[in-house]
Amino acid sequence: MNPLLRRGWFDRIVMAALTLLALAWMAPLLWVVALSFKPNEFLLRHTDVFLAPPYTLANYLDILQTSQVFRWLGNSALVALLQTAGVLVLSSLAGYGFARCEFPGRKWLFALVMFGLAVPAQSVFIPLHRLFSDWDLQNTIAGLALPGLAAPFGVYLMTQYFKAIPAELEEAAMLDNASRFKTFLTIILPLTLPAQATLGIFTFLACWNDYLWPLVIATQPDMYTLTRGLASTQTNFAQSEGLGFLMAQAVFAGVPALMLYLFFQRHLVTAVAGTGKS
Amino acid sequence: MSAPTVGLRASRPAYALFVLPFVTVYALMLLWPLAKGIYTSFHDHDLLSDDSFWIGLGNYKELLNDEVFHEVVWNTLRFVAISTPIFVILSLMLAIALNRPGKLATFLRATFFCASVFSVTLITLVWKLALMPERGLIAQMFAALGIPELPLLTSDAFALTTIALVTVWWIIGLPMILFLSALQQIPSDIYEAAALDNTPRWRVLTHITLPSLKRAIVLVALIEIIRQFQVFPQIMLMTNGGPNNTTRSIVQFTYEQAFMQLSLGYATAASQVLLAIMLVGVSTQLWLERDKGGKR
Repeated sequence: MNPLLRRGWFDRIVMAALTLLALAWMAPLLWVVALSFKPNEFLLRHTDVFLAPPYTLANYLDILQTSQVFRWLGNSALVALLQTAGVLVLSSLAGYGFARCEFPGRKWLFALVMFGLAVPAQSVFIPLHRLFSDWDLQNTIAGLALPGLAAPFGVYLMTQYFKAIPAELEEAAMLDNASRFKTFLTIILPLTLPAQATLGIFTFLACWNDYLWPLVIATQPDMYTLTRGLASTQTNFAQSEGLGFLMAQAVFAGVPALMLYLFFQRHLVTAVAGTGKS
Repeated sequence: MSAPTVGLRASRPAYALFVLPFVTVYALMLLWPLAKGIYTSFHDHDLLSDDSFWIGLGNYKELLNDEVFHEVVWNTLRFVAISTPIFVILSLMLAIALNRPGKLATFLRATFFCASVFSVTLITLVWKLALMPERGLIAQMFAALGIPELPLLTSDAFALTTIALVTVWWIIGLPMILFLSALQQIPSDIYEAAALDNTPRWRVLTHITLPSLKRAIVLVALIEIIRQFQVFPQIMLMTNGGPNNTTRSIVQFTYEQAFMQLSLGYATAASQVLLAIMLVGVSTQLWLERDKGGKR
């Protein structure tokens, strides 16, 4: 056992302090959640009453009726799902190709792809935006989803994963005269499910939370993603529709991401740990 | 790894078909705009009239003499300088304290990580509410403690630091995970030997744990520098670059030059400066990790 962790009074003090810190850490989120159930007029006078009445669901009903958040939620889900599916297909094929196949130019192509790990989206979004407007992709689902497909991280992750699979499995299939593609599809690909989950949840969340690209490519409010739309409600913060309404929107936007996190916690943590090993 | 058979190792041009779809997409949506951006940066390109003519290094010379650009570079450097040490030290402390089995530790790890899954616009909305004058959570906590209210987002002195702290609050979980995974790679027999000798806790920390984490610490610092250099949305949404330009960042500058001033050449030139810094950062990261392969 790690001697840093010996049980004792010191240990209890550390854990108690951390528990308090965690509570303080969560305080802004809990505050917003609690106040989202208060009437707007009440919040004009009090923002320091959390658990005592009055309670109301009016802010959430306002969301249903007056704002476009459901439209944005739909856009976000569609864009993130398409992008995730695309990244999984492209990265699996390319990862297998780079890890297990030999073809002329493989080495320098792989180096070229890995070079992309150093190119941040922030340094290409301006010319990319020009390109997409030339292709008439502004304010379209395709325009929102496509740039994320050029993700070298996915190829890197899958290449590493394919390399770790023993070659004997493939050799046996090859002896049976199965084609390379069929071997990949039926024998090797099913073995990579954990990696697919890791890459998938990572891509989905990154796409869901992306702000810069939707900001420039979606200019019409009905094509906003949830992340982009939530920004538009903040710009006229001072004269906004009421604190409770804003807080309810924040909670509404947070729930899908939180649910994904709770369901896919382990895969997400693996993916994050993987980013430090590029 | 065992040597693959001849059949598997045979080089066939047809195998390139596996990588072709990705490489096409990659070339079209990353390499091509990258090249186009570099090309545009040598032009004076006004989007309004769509006139473009070659001016060589003109844009770069202008950047050198542009006081606003100096300010945004300075702000970005300050942002990195404020946030990176806090990221490294705080996440390291959390990781060391929470690297243990048990329900409470699991719950606390999840608590510190959970804000990282939220979008930046959610974070800025929550914090703009929490930082409201008088009615915000922070103002009320200050009042309860008898501290006079501070203009955290509206004064030159505090705004950038406030945004940096909000950023730390948001994504502290990511470096924490990196440290946790590094901690779990420390062989347990070293610890067992220390336990037999009854080595005091602080000596274990300074003689075993921290030295074993040296590489992880450098790596996390570098990753945070690379990440925080690209800071933009939280600044745009919380202060929009103000007050008095003290929070405007490099990426925000490129965005505004392209989409508000409509001077495409100038904006892409500033992007190349960012790209150059990123290339240095990431090459350093890769170089550091290559060293690891050599040692173990």
